[in-house]
This record gives sequence, C-alpha cells and structure tokens, in this order.
Amino acid sequence: MEARDILTSSRLASGRSRLEAPSRRYGEKLIQGLLAACAAISVAITTGIVISLIEPSFGFFEHIPIGDFLFGTDWSPVIAPPSFGVLPIVVGTLSVTFWGLLFAIPMGLAAAIYLSEYASPRVRKTLKPTLEVLAGIPTVAFGFFAFSFITPFLQDIWPGFLGDGPNVFNALAAGVAIGLLIVPIIASISEDAMSAVPQGLREGAYALGASKMRVALRVVFPAALSGIVASMVLGVSRAVGETMVVLMAAGNNPQMTFNPAEQIQAMTAYIGSTATGDIATGTIEYDTIFAVGLLLFVLTLGMNMISIRLVRKYRQVYE
Amino acid sequence: MIGSERTRLAVAGARSVTAAELTDKPRGERVRGQIFWLLLLLGIGLALLGLALLLIDAFIDGAERFGIGLFTDPVSGFAEQGGFQTAIIGSLWVIGGVILVSVPLGVGAALYLEEYADKTRWWNRLIELNIQNLAAVPSIVYGILGLAFIARGPLDLGFVAAAASLTLTMLVLPTIIIAAREAIRAVPPSIREGSLALGATQWETTRHQVLPAALPGILTGVILAISRAFGEAAPVLLLGATTFVTQNTSNPFEDSYTVLPVQIFNYFNRAQDEWLALAAAGIVVMLVLVLAMNSIAIWLRNRYEQSW
Repeated sequence: MEARDILTSSRLASGRSRLEAPSRRYGEKLIQGLLAACAAISVAITTGIVISLIEPSFGFFEHIPIGDFLFGTDWSPVIAPPSFGVLPIVVGTLSVTFWGLLFAIPMGLAAAIYLSEYASPRVRKTLKPTLEVLAGIPTVAFGFFAFSFITPFLQDIWPGFLGDGPNVFNALAAGVAIGLLIVPIIASISEDAMSAVPQGLREGAYALGASKMRVALRVVFPAALSGIVASMVLGVSRAVGETMVVLMAAGNNPQMTFNPAEQIQAMTAYIGSTATGDIATGTIEYDTIFAVGLLLFVLTLGMNMISIRLVRKYRQVYE
Repeated sequence: MIGSERTRLAVAGARSVTAAELTDKPRGERVRGQIFWLLLLLGIGLALLGLALLLIDAFIDGAERFGIGLFTDPVSGFAEQGGFQTAIIGSLWVIGGVILVSVPLGVGAALYLEEYADKTRWWNRLIELNIQNLAAVPSIVYGILGLAFIARGPLDLGFVAAAASLTLTMLVLPTIIIAAREAIRAVPPSIREGSLALGATQWETTRHQVLPAALPGILTGVILAISRAFGEAAPVLLLGATTFVTQNTSNPFEDSYTVLPVQIFNYFNRAQDEWLALAAAGIVVMLVLVLAMNSIAIWLRNRYEQSW
C-alpha cells in the first residue's frame, strides 16, 4: 500500500515530462536553434555598429581632445590647418530639424485628429492608405523637390524685411522637405494612439454635453498623449538622421548659424559627402566620419529609448 | 494604476465640459468647433498638397526626357545620351541580394520571437529591445557599418553589389521582423492549440498553420521593406556606388555597380538644367516603381486583413 502511494506521487511529480514525445525530436530542436540564430543576428548587428563606430573614434580622440570636438565652433577637417569643432554641423542638423518639425507637427497632428475623430469610415479608408503609400517615397525625391521647387518658391515669396532671400542651398527648404517626409510618420503613429483610446471615454464626455472639438482636444488628445509624443520623438530622430535631403538642398558649408536662408552643413551631409570621395583609411579625415557617426548614433539611440518608454506606457494603460 | 489614470481623464473631461456649459455661449462653441474642423482639414490638405506637388514637380521637370532611352542607355558624359540602364541593373542585383538574405532571416527571427521564445528570459527581452532600437538607427550609420565591416574590415568584400546587399539587409531587417511579428501575433492561439491537440509538433504547427495564416501580413511588411531598400541612397553612397559605371554589372561579387537613387543623385550633382531634367526623369521612374510596390503591399494587407 505504501509503496504504491510512493509510486503514484513520483508519477505525479514527473507528470510533465511524461507528456513529452517518446523520441527526442532532434529536428525540432535544430529548427528552434536556427530560428534563434536568426533573432540573435540583430544583437550581432548592434554590436557591429558599436564596434565599427567606437574603434576608429578612439583613434580620432587620441589626436583631438574630446572637449575640443564637442564644444569647438570651427568645423574644417580638410582645410589646413584643420579644425575639428563639431558644433557648426550639430547646429546645422538642429536648424533643419527645427524647421522640419515646425511644419510636420501641426500637419501631422491635424491629420491624425481628423482621421481618428472626424473622418467618415469611407474617407478614412482611402486617406490612411494614401498616406502610408506616400510615406514610402524615396528621400532622393524629397531632396530634388526641395532644390527644384521649395527653394525657388521661397525666393519668390521672401519678404524684403527679412533681409536677403534664401541661398540656392538653404536650411529652410531642406527643413520643409523633411517636414513633409515625416508628416506621414507622425500622423500614422498618433492616429494609432488616438484610435486606441477606449470609446467609453468619448461617450462619457458626449453624454455630458461636450462638443466634438472638446472631446478631441480635452479627452482623446490627453489620453493618447504618450503615443503622440512618441510619434514626435520618432519624427525628430528621423529628421536628425536624414541624409539625402540635407545633402541635396541644404548645402555643404559648415556655418555656425541659425539663419534659415543660409547655406549650412548637417552631420549626415558631412558623412555622406566625405565618405564618397576616396579618402585614405587611417587618416584623421577618415576617422572623423566615425566620430560624427558615433555622435549621431548616440543622439538617435537616446531619443528612441525615450519613445519606446512612452509607447509602452500608453499600451499599458489601454490594452 | 490603470483605474486611477482613467478616472483622472474622465474627471478632467467632465470638469472642462461642465465649466464650458456653465460659462460659454453654445453658439460660440459651435463656431469654434467649425473653425477647428477647418484647421484640421487645412493641415491634412496641406500635407497631401505638398506630397502631390512633389510628384507633379518631378513629372514636369523630367517630361522632356521620357522615353525608352531611360531604360536602354547607360550612364554617359553627355546629358542627352545619358540613361539609367546600368543603374537599374545594379539596383536589381542589390535588391535581389537583399531579398535572398533578409526574408529568411527576418521571418525566422519573427517566428522565433513569437512562437518559441520564453519572454521571461533576459536574452529574449534583450533581442526585442535591440530590434526596436535598430529600426530607428539612421540609414547613414548602416552605411558606416557596411564600410567598416563589409566592404573593408572583417568581410572585405570590396565596393561591390554584394556589400550593398548585405548593408541594406541589415537596414531593412528590423522592419521585416517587426511587421512579420505583428502578422504572426494576429493568428489566434486557438489555431495553434487545435493543431497541437491533433498531435502536430511545434514546427509542424508553425509551418502548416501559423505561417500560411500570417503570410499576407508578412508579405506586406516584406514588400514595404524592399521598396525602402530600393529607394535608399545614403548608405550605398559610402559603399562605392558613386562610380561611373558604363558596363552592366554581371557579377555582384566583382564588378563595379551603381543603383538608381545614387545615379539620380549623381546626375543631380552636375547641376546644369539638362542634367536636372535627366535626374527628374529618373525620379519619376523610381517613384512609379516604389509607389506601385507600396500600393500592392497596402492593398494586400487591406484585402486579406481578417478578424478571427
């Protein structure tokens, strides 16, 4: 009797393993291993990025003190005597990003609120896919548009009291083009966040007599705020990392200026224009590409971490 | 926590509404609502107008160069003889390579994360966070990685189409993984449970039930990613695609190459009007291809989108 009890309890204890297949199924294990390897490649890529950026950057910072790099105000790495103060191209990037957001945020949010709160299902069904298709326009096309249309247009309408009209290459035209480029991103992510707000909140507000505008601005907008902010952060990181538009329309002249009519150089444009020429490996000019790339990577990584946090927050609240 | 957040919002909404009812005249409210609606329309209208102008501008600037020559003429030193043949062939090689490598890797990674991975393990969470971050890395940084690791450095492929394929693969991999995961997650657990209950192994379930059901969604993500790789110029600039290529690329591991967006950029850089027209014509060719691919992708998704 006792022996039998012990036998039963031991069977219960090993109950889980008894449900497994009689053979070891090596094929299944192999497939799982292969799939895991596919996923692990992403970690390898990140490691690759970090190593490829940091290693040459060390070489760079052996010659140039990091303080001179980060806070210097003269960027002329190929003109003798060379100077490696990165601030002018950081300012260039910030200026273009600022103008881009100035256009993209109002337009993107208007589009999102309209699609989520006002549009009839039919309008929504055509407009949203249209925006998504347009989001895939290659950036070379935006660069060309900025140069061949936006800049001449700005030169035509430039009011005299603002001083000289925009240069052939200028920060404002590139900014407007980048703004157009990120409108679909901001619109589509914000719209997703607003659509995720539970219907009950809207109905509650309507029941209290709120107008449509009030529901959109005072109930839906604050409820979706973390998602909306996340879409903006993504937009900023997209604008900071954009290369072709600034390369084609903002110029290649690193100047410490926030004047949008002037020619500037952005960080990405410096990398794009320097790395195409045949510069020899191991020279300081070659290493500057990596130092600037590292700075760019750190900036966008930081912004993306913030955006991931914010998105996770709104998911927790409503899903 | 969840309850209190909702309550806070509800209370704020209720307070603002009540305050408005007590103080505002209803007519002012209605007028303001109308103005707000108009502003929204203006915002979305301006965005669509800007994007439409982009298409129209490229079309008008490039109109004089439309013709079969765009597809049959190689790059040339004379604007009137220049075309995009070598660039289109180069793009086909590069994109072919991207599809070959990125699709199995991306779908495999998505299947692992959705069907196999134990989410409580730190390494699986690390992989997830990694993929989200990789999706936001600027494309030019991938160019630097390709330059340091693939064209030179450990792999040392040189400035060839295969190096561009691998670099662009890394660029689009996160997009494919994220889209494929969404598609796989949308397959309801009951499908898997039914299959497992009938004695199928995990892989048989994944292969014969989950994958076919998720296929339209995965395909959408893949097409969008490929069209992005096709239009991407910045990372390829760093990988030798700026050379003057007069011969069609026939070996992706040895021949020099260029791709369509970089060729457009090169013609653009010559700055005179006849070159700009040629660049604009190239942009139209590229836009037609990219927008067609994207439309197919979005149509696929909307057509096969099913609620279980």
